[in-house]
Amino acid sequence: MVNLEFERPILELQTKIDELRAFSREKRLDLANEIAHLEKRLRELTENIYKNLTPWQKVLVARHPGRPNTLDYINYLFTDFLELRGDRLYGDDPALIGGIARLNSRPVTVLGHLKGKDTQENIARNFGMAHPEGYRKALRLMLQAAKFKRPVIAFIDTPGAYCGMGAEERGQAAAIAQCIQTMLGLRTPVVSVIIGEGGSGGALALGAGDRLLIQEHAVFSVISPEAYATILWNDPARCSEAAQKMKITAAELSLLGVVEEVIPEPPGGAHRNPALAAQYLQEALTRHLEELRSIPEEELLRRRFEKFRKIDDEYLKEGNAN
Amino acid sequence: MVRPIIPESLWTKCPQCNELQLARELKRCLKVCLKCGYHFRLTAPERIQLVLDAGTFQEYDRDLGCVSPFDTPEYKEKLLAARQATALNEAVITGEGAIMGRRVVIAALDIRFVMASMGMVVGEKIVRAIEAACVKRLPLVIFSASGGARMQEGVMSLLQMAKTSAALIALSRSGLLYVSVLTDPTTGGVSASFAFLGDIILAEPGALIGFAGPRVIEQTIRQKLPEGFQRAEFLCRHGFVDMVVPRPRLKATLGQILTLHQEEKSG
Repeated sequence: MVNLEFERPILELQTKIDELRAFSREKRLDLANEIAHLEKRLRELTENIYKNLTPWQKVLVARHPGRPNTLDYINYLFTDFLELRGDRLYGDDPALIGGIARLNSRPVTVLGHLKGKDTQENIARNFGMAHPEGYRKALRLMLQAAKFKRPVIAFIDTPGAYCGMGAEERGQAAAIAQCIQTMLGLRTPVVSVIIGEGGSGGALALGAGDRLLIQEHAVFSVISPEAYATILWNDPARCSEAAQKMKITAAELSLLGVVEEVIPEPPGGAHRNPALAAQYLQEALTRHLEELRSIPEEELLRRRFEKFRKIDDEYLKEGNAN
Repeated sequence: MVRPIIPESLWTKCPQCNELQLARELKRCLKVCLKCGYHFRLTAPERIQLVLDAGTFQEYDRDLGCVSPFDTPEYKEKLLAARQATALNEAVITGEGAIMGRRVVIAALDIRFVMASMGMVVGEKIVRAIEAACVKRLPLVIFSASGGARMQEGVMSLLQMAKTSAALIALSRSGLLYVSVLTDPTTGGVSASFAFLGDIILAEPGALIGFAGPRVIEQTIRQKLPEGFQRAEFLCRHGFVDMVVPRPRLKATLGQILTLHQEEKSG
């Protein structure tokens, strides 16, 4: 597992505990009290560090390769997952997966960007950066969901849409635009949750539904902090400052009214306890879906349009107020 | 940072063939190079003047502004400079007028204004124009040009993609026509939202159109892009644009499309 610089005190203490445990086993000494004491300190230390993460540190946690990905959550949250592949136009994009599954025994359509856990997996999944085929597969599966009156649950976890020649030749911009518009007009409830990195239009393509939720240490931004710093200041090293300016953390997005709910993570982040992170996620998704299921279709769409229509209402001013 | 697209000097050099031509002459030819046919970029006021019948334009929302938590002195300064250089309040002009006698709602983005990037004001003006088209039951014509999302406005600029796309659903459900005209350059958050959601999509010759800019792609794939990649003709060949229309024929083409969609008056 990759270690983050700010996690070093946590890892050092963890190593100390492990050593003490081994020592006690080896020498048949009862060190239970000492170990319990250190474990309590470890919990406090972890909580403390994670409570005070800077925006840039959040970016690093959101990108942590050990962080549960879409497939992990599918396995934890759903039963009967049936992956459906292909866009029926060109190909199948392994960077954006989808299918049908049961959540609390009821069928739902699941979509999500999929990052790999290691280099090999990441190459196969293109680091979670989808081509037009991915967005067109999502579009196809959304329409299928609406036909069979299944709600859609979408997991967002991508640095952004892929910027390559094939992607451009096959209409990346058009594919994203159509995916966003299809989700906005979809006649079934849509709940999206940002589980890691929510980067740019490629992330929004799965985030234009009824609810946008975000995990405590996930981020959502118009562009990566590195790119922001490069473009505006010609200095990628200022990414930490960029992350600060861009308001990309769950708490800031909640204040801005961009996300409806921040879903807590286990102490020390989702990568320390994926099962518990999944449990929190399941609770929130179930609750939002239940609420949305009770809203008549026309009213659901009206509220969805209203949500995006009013998203920046409070900042717009008549009379060139600058 | 903001420089006029056409120098105010007497002579203008074509960036494609280097031919020097009289600025006055170039203007008479709709800013299309006399020698090679290169389409110079137009400002939003020039675009509106070119395409609307004289004296028919009524502008919407020319005083709309924005105060947000994303404001920084650096950004405010940039906006102020852009306003002074262009005499526009933001990167898009919206309003209504007539094309060959047919009333339309029109929007034109202006690349001189912070690369015509889409922030809250641009998104809001576009949405209000779409809503006006719905209320007045008029067709909509948008001339896009943009470097993408206005990243100084953070995630709020990204969300304009959803805001504008949602408004277009209402227009579509009203059975109204939306013609999107892609001009040089149309990229990023604008191309990945309203620009590619037209019922009919036209493009100007040679216009750069894509999701990512060529430099970003070259950095990603570590090779040079072939000649003509992401140009209007390339997009037309790949099926993403209905037609590439040279500027001298643009107004007549729009007029023809509008006529073909004219609602029949009953009784």
